[in-house]
Amino acid sequence: MTANDAPSGISRRGLLGLAGAGVVGAGVGIGVDRFVLPRESASSSGASASYPFYGEHQSGITTAAQDRLHFASFDVADISRSDLIGLLTDWTAASARMTQGLGVGPDGAVGGRLDAPPDDTGEALDLPASGLTITFGFGPTLFTSADGTDRFGLANRRPAALIDLPHFAGDALLADFVGGDLCIQACSDDPQVAVHAIRNLSRIAFGRASIRWSQLGFGRTSSTTREQVTPRNLFGFKDGTANVKAEDTDQVNGHVWVPDGDSAAWMTGGSYLVARKIRMTIETWDRTALREQQRVVGRDKGAGAPLSGGTEFSDPDFGKKDATGAQLIDTDAHLRLAHPKQNNGAVLLRRGYNFVDGNDDLGRLNAGLFFLAFQRDPRTQFVPIQLSLAGHDAMNEYIRHVGSAIFAVPPGATKGSYIGSTLFEA
Amino acid sequence: MISRNARAGLAIAAGATALLALTACVPNTSASGNGESTSVAVSSTADACAVSKSTAPSGTVVFTVKNNTDQVTEFYLLADDGLRVVGEVENVSPGVPRTLTVHLAAGKYFTVCKPGMAGEGVGKAEFTVTGSGKAIELTGTRSRLTAAAKNYVAYLRDQVSQLVPATQGFLAAYLAGDTATAMALYPTARAYYERIEPVAESFGDLDPELDNREADVASGDEWTGWHRIEKDLWPPANAGYLPLTPDQRIAYAAKLTTNTQQLSDAVHASDYSVSIDAISNGAIGLLDEVASGKITGEEEIWSHTDLWDFQANLEGAKVAYDVVRDIVAPKNPALVKTLDSRFGSLETQLAGHGSLATGFRFYDQLTTSEIKALADGVNALGEPLSRLTAAVVD
Repeated sequence: MTANDAPSGISRRGLLGLAGAGVVGAGVGIGVDRFVLPRESASSSGASASYPFYGEHQSGITTAAQDRLHFASFDVADISRSDLIGLLTDWTAASARMTQGLGVGPDGAVGGRLDAPPDDTGEALDLPASGLTITFGFGPTLFTSADGTDRFGLANRRPAALIDLPHFAGDALLADFVGGDLCIQACSDDPQVAVHAIRNLSRIAFGRASIRWSQLGFGRTSSTTREQVTPRNLFGFKDGTANVKAEDTDQVNGHVWVPDGDSAAWMTGGSYLVARKIRMTIETWDRTALREQQRVVGRDKGAGAPLSGGTEFSDPDFGKKDATGAQLIDTDAHLRLAHPKQNNGAVLLRRGYNFVDGNDDLGRLNAGLFFLAFQRDPRTQFVPIQLSLAGHDAMNEYIRHVGSAIFAVPPGATKGSYIGSTLFEA
Repeated sequence: MISRNARAGLAIAAGATALLALTACVPNTSASGNGESTSVAVSSTADACAVSKSTAPSGTVVFTVKNNTDQVTEFYLLADDGLRVVGEVENVSPGVPRTLTVHLAAGKYFTVCKPGMAGEGVGKAEFTVTGSGKAIELTGTRSRLTAAAKNYVAYLRDQVSQLVPATQGFLAAYLAGDTATAMALYPTARAYYERIEPVAESFGDLDPELDNREADVASGDEWTGWHRIEKDLWPPANAGYLPLTPDQRIAYAAKLTTNTQQLSDAVHASDYSVSIDAISNGAIGLLDEVASGKITGEEEIWSHTDLWDFQANLEGAKVAYDVVRDIVAPKNPALVKTLDSRFGSLETQLAGHGSLATGFRFYDQLTTSEIKALADGVNALGEPLSRLTAAVVD
């Protein structure tokens, strides 16, 4: 049995047999590729969920947002085009196994020779797949490096939509958290499973690519399906209420997946990912009056309803005023400036995570939101929205954008092929 | 100092693979049966190592070593790296010729004699083997393993026999108060140690006593060895450091001398041997040393001469790899191809920062991105190298 034939859904211990029914196939409606289990709290996709790695689209985009993240950006070493393809092939094989709850390599963590290091690092031994998805992306510098070199003969394959992001007002980017030739987003409901994925994939890459920067996220800040409860970010507000949801087929097809006929044919079925590391000055925020916090966000802190009234999912009324004639949703409120109605209908599929990277030298928590957004074309989606926010958002007083990257996320791989094969095989 | 891998690595042969071990008295490989060989006469004198020919066609070469000194001598045939021992005869008494028979492939070698059996030797000269068109008759795997292990022991002995006088030279300058000379000799003398560090680690307390860093020492325990003297030569600024007194200097120097001699005696013991897997584990352990100590600047926190150690560790790993390379090549050609390439890349990369002969850049002069690039190179080599032992014993 080859690695790819392994029965889907088998846990590393081979228990949890019910997952064997895994599922979804490419092209079945939209990509709600979640293995459906009865769930009580719709807070997560469930420890025993397993998602197929192969398919029309990559998993980890419209998949119900898992609770944990380990994201890594890589620099590709001075290697050949065929070595790069070799890396993607090895990553594909390992990912196909790990997403099914299997260890890396035929011998796994403990089945190999005593005289050799194990194929798999072992910390996910006995753990189920835990909803693991592994999503790959290609950064602008993979196509043309910073000094203009076409390292892999890919320069003329760079999609027009894979732009170099402009400098936004207030950007305080740190070189340590910017860019990358490749990225891997590993999401799971078990943090150890997500870390295991990045650890093993980076190990496989030694000599071919090395981690440029990485980010752990401990709590999702968006829901990507209707079943999920809207989570809260570190400001304490519900986040992602108006997010694109997997069930909204038209929205997903219109705003997330690259359709046939867009600029780069090899990206059909893919998407574009913008990652922004947003530091929150939470200490300042926490001593801000509730009224001001709600004004900044534009929503009620408890239920998440827009300040124009209603419930969490009510449409905000941006024209509604109070008795004094002031806008109920402030003109600089985050909700207003980020809303599709204010951005020519532009929406994003957000999939961000809360982070706390210890503390800084001043004893403040190094905390914030690791923003991840998938979209069909950043030029008409992320960029105009962020231009609007960067200029006026009342929230800017409490946040700093310290990291930034953009990636072309190729379509899903088909069995027997490798992730990104459409880029290399014209 | 220390890494767990290395400690387990070069321990004296025992256990399952011990059958591959050998004692130092294994006879030299006998002449192959094809009848044709090249004879080379070697004359070892006090300051020369004259060879009657400096070239030979590939195939069997017989060196007849005559000792024209008044002390016991040795003759080494080294590989093109000038480090790895391809063949050697030791304990050559004055007036009693000995022979060394080797089967050589085309390539560059070095001949060198070592009268008194210590130091770097005299009369080191290139010896070129040209392609004869004849296939080199390979001996059986068993005897190749035996020869490989024997030659590796010879290499270890060669290194410690150079470490002893190099350490003396360094300590003499230090005790004489010639700080500049001592600082210059420190990293180059240590290179002999760093090339074979896993060996010291296999002798219990020797490595801690010789090479502990200050942070390795538990509160209340005495800190001795190279790094104790390093701190005295490169005293920390603004930290209220009290220089060692003359008596303390003498004591620490004496201790280093004694421990170094103990290491030399242990490796020169007639029953000293290493198993073939210990050799490959030594290669892995040496690169782990680089990855965990040198690439972080932790090994030489006062002198910042980490790249000298890095180079010596890399050379030591390469020698150990070369010893087992021909054994692995037919069994796992892909691994050998990868390792050849990645050793070469890392050697080239490190050479961009200097050499043992001319000196390296100091660790605190390197930029973060330069260090990251070196770390990438170490990881690129370390991952496939970690599979070497399994391939050797397969």
